[in-house]
Amino acid sequence: MIQFNRFVLANGLRVLVHEDHSTPMAVLNVMYDVGSRDENPEKTGFAHLFEHLMFGGSVNIPDYDEPLQRAGGENNAYTTNDLTNYYCQLPAENIETAFWLESDRMLSLAFSEKSLEVQRKVVCEEFKEHYINKPYGDIWHKMRALAYKVHPYKWMTIGKELSHVENVQIDDVKKFFFKHYCPINAIIVVAGKVKTEEVKILIEKWFGDIPSGEKYDRHLPQEPKQEKPGLLEIRADVPLDAFIKTWHMGGRLDKEYYIADLIGEILGGGASSRMYQSLVKEKQLFSNLDCYHYGTVENGLLTIEGKLVKGVSMADAEKAVNEEIEKIKTETVGDTELQKVKNKTESVIAFEDMSVMNRANSLAFYELLGDATLMNSELERYNAITSVDILNYSKELFDENNSNTIHYYSKN
Amino acid sequence: MIDRKKSPKILDAVEFDLQLKPCTRFNLDNGVPVYAIDAGAEELIMIEFVFYAGNWYEEKNIVAATTNFMLKNGTKNKSAFALNDHFEFYGSYLNRHCYNETATFTLHTLSKHLPALLPVMAEILTESVFPEEELAIYKQNQKQRLEVNLKKCDFVANRLIDEYVFGFDHPYGKYTSTLDYDQLHREELVQFFQQYYIQGKCALFVAGKLPATIQEQLNKVFGAMPLNQHALKEVSFKQFPAETKKYNIINDSNGVQAAIRIARPFPDRHHEDYPKVHVLNNIFGGFFGSRLMSNIREDKGYTYGISSHIQNHIHDTAWLVSTEAGRDVAAATIAETYKEMETLRNEQVDEEELDLVRNYMIGGLLGDLDGPFQIISRWKSYVLNGLTEDYFYHSINSIKTVTAEELQVLAKKYLNPEEFYELVVI
Repeated sequence: MIQFNRFVLANGLRVLVHEDHSTPMAVLNVMYDVGSRDENPEKTGFAHLFEHLMFGGSVNIPDYDEPLQRAGGENNAYTTNDLTNYYCQLPAENIETAFWLESDRMLSLAFSEKSLEVQRKVVCEEFKEHYINKPYGDIWHKMRALAYKVHPYKWMTIGKELSHVENVQIDDVKKFFFKHYCPINAIIVVAGKVKTEEVKILIEKWFGDIPSGEKYDRHLPQEPKQEKPGLLEIRADVPLDAFIKTWHMGGRLDKEYYIADLIGEILGGGASSRMYQSLVKEKQLFSNLDCYHYGTVENGLLTIEGKLVKGVSMADAEKAVNEEIEKIKTETVGDTELQKVKNKTESVIAFEDMSVMNRANSLAFYELLGDATLMNSELERYNAITSVDILNYSKELFDENNSNTIHYYSKN
Repeated sequence: MIDRKKSPKILDAVEFDLQLKPCTRFNLDNGVPVYAIDAGAEELIMIEFVFYAGNWYEEKNIVAATTNFMLKNGTKNKSAFALNDHFEFYGSYLNRHCYNETATFTLHTLSKHLPALLPVMAEILTESVFPEEELAIYKQNQKQRLEVNLKKCDFVANRLIDEYVFGFDHPYGKYTSTLDYDQLHREELVQFFQQYYIQGKCALFVAGKLPATIQEQLNKVFGAMPLNQHALKEVSFKQFPAETKKYNIINDSNGVQAAIRIARPFPDRHHEDYPKVHVLNNIFGGFFGSRLMSNIREDKGYTYGISSHIQNHIHDTAWLVSTEAGRDVAAATIAETYKEMETLRNEQVDEEELDLVRNYMIGGLLGDLDGPFQIISRWKSYVLNGLTEDYFYHSINSIKTVTAEELQVLAKKYLNPEEFYELVVI
């Protein structure tokens, strides 16, 4: 049970305090309700580039990192399709430094041209390092574009193409900042060796006078129900053929999300999962195989991905995947197998919650979803799922018309 | 009105009184030493065996790594599937890793499942059989994985730079080819397992919210195994550093980035310079605010990241700069790296920067010691490196007191470009 106190400032800033006096550290986590799904389709990658610019100096403080490091702190940030999160951890005695820094960059950035120029390059190198200069690095660019026709999940957080990042202008940066980076669109979690009453005073002192800003209401185009299977064939300079198939699954708050998560575990979560045992070990069609999803807020993609053993044909590999899918659609999962994936979930949650930083981050995320108390009922929601739920949802989820497949061939 | 230009008061690093939580030590009946940290609020526990069974002790390439990897692939009475299913049913993680001197076998679990899991760990450590068909699958899949990795410039660069510094015949410098997999035989694994696991030498590290009976539980399950009965075979290696210092390799002619590695030999942790060089390394390339990051990423935008570190080895090691930079700015990145070395040799670090690094390092240490797994990990590092907790207080003292003058002396001693190997892989 994660305890926390919650209050809202007059400017709309939501604040959660999670006290843990067993650690000497304090964490300040600031989550903004904006991600790559909120981008203009012609200017993708922007939310993430923007995250870099948040470290390029704010209106009163020329450098974010230096004072934080001087206070013994460390920080980082990440952007997803759904949100942008900034977090720092420092010795609890120095927590006010974090309030000072975070509040100033919520107030306003310095909008430095130099920072924009450098970070455009840095992000382009990040793009190259992870998505161009790596075998199979483009597979998710292609899969997103195949699976989503209208919803902005159709592009990656890093951006659809390098030129989108290269062409960003300082005016774009300003507009984005004032639209999204304001108290009404943010959630703060303060965690660790802190006292709620002291946090209240500090929050009011540093964030209380920041103008509220306008609540951002999202009106994203919704993906229509897919009516026929998608298929893409690629030939690339890679050593092995690869297979990837996805199915549209429920969003983060839907019951179907939890069912799909357990289905993924049953099929491909670990060395005792069905597909690993059958396709990697027994039939030896794949040299590796993973089943996963990205836990997106809106409807996501349950994914099976693997590389084929040399000499195995794509058709044989696909057929074997489909046989396992057919099995879970038609046969009830046994009690022991269901208990196994629930036990795994319990363990994952327990280990994740060990670190105060993760707890702060999760509280912010659940608050973004609507209510931080959701964090404490996650396991219950998993435990409530029955084998009948799994059978029923498998039939819907694994409808072939709901799927998208990429055959990624080695041209060598 | 608050003055937003003025930073709040901070408590300086030198004010922090860092303590390393003492660890409990006891021996199992067979003499296996156990190091235990009882801390944390959650009912979670880690049990880690560290065997002296790294590639230091193998007589043929990848025997140690394969033996370690295949610990989960079958015992006399349980198949690979049955083993995995058992640990996964309880939501636990059973991991193994092979390093140079050591190889680990680690369980993470909710404490309540410990009684169901410990006996199967013992079974693996006494009755692994390395089935021929499992070995065949392993070879096939590892070869495929290697083939994919060899397309990556960073992977290729990491292998080669170690070879240049240590020589291919040294455990730190050698790497794997597909031929090594083809030439691997089951009997070699069985023999290595017999010598370095069943009758091997190990230490046990446990951490978490420990049950009161932990000592009895461990002793009951592991205390009668024939471990730690023989002295470890003395093995030593000479380093054979390459003669040529500079290398340019085209691994992928269409590559858009260059993996750059710049490295020099560096003594082991017992050397008197080590703690102070640790501070110098931080200034040079050890964290986000370092000279290399500030210049090459934050000022020039040549790379997503650049760092320097001292490789984590028990014996004599290497000091390494590592980055992936745009192909067209690779030469400029190298030039700037040497320029940063030059500045550190020629100019004393000013007090402001030095204070920042001191505070950052002490704050980081405080965070690193937060939680039972982090604390035991530090103890493990001291035990394996033959150090005591004095080293912890000695390092903290070095961080707090090292002078700019001393750092400059060290920079002059170690940061000379002509002593570095330089590798670019595109």
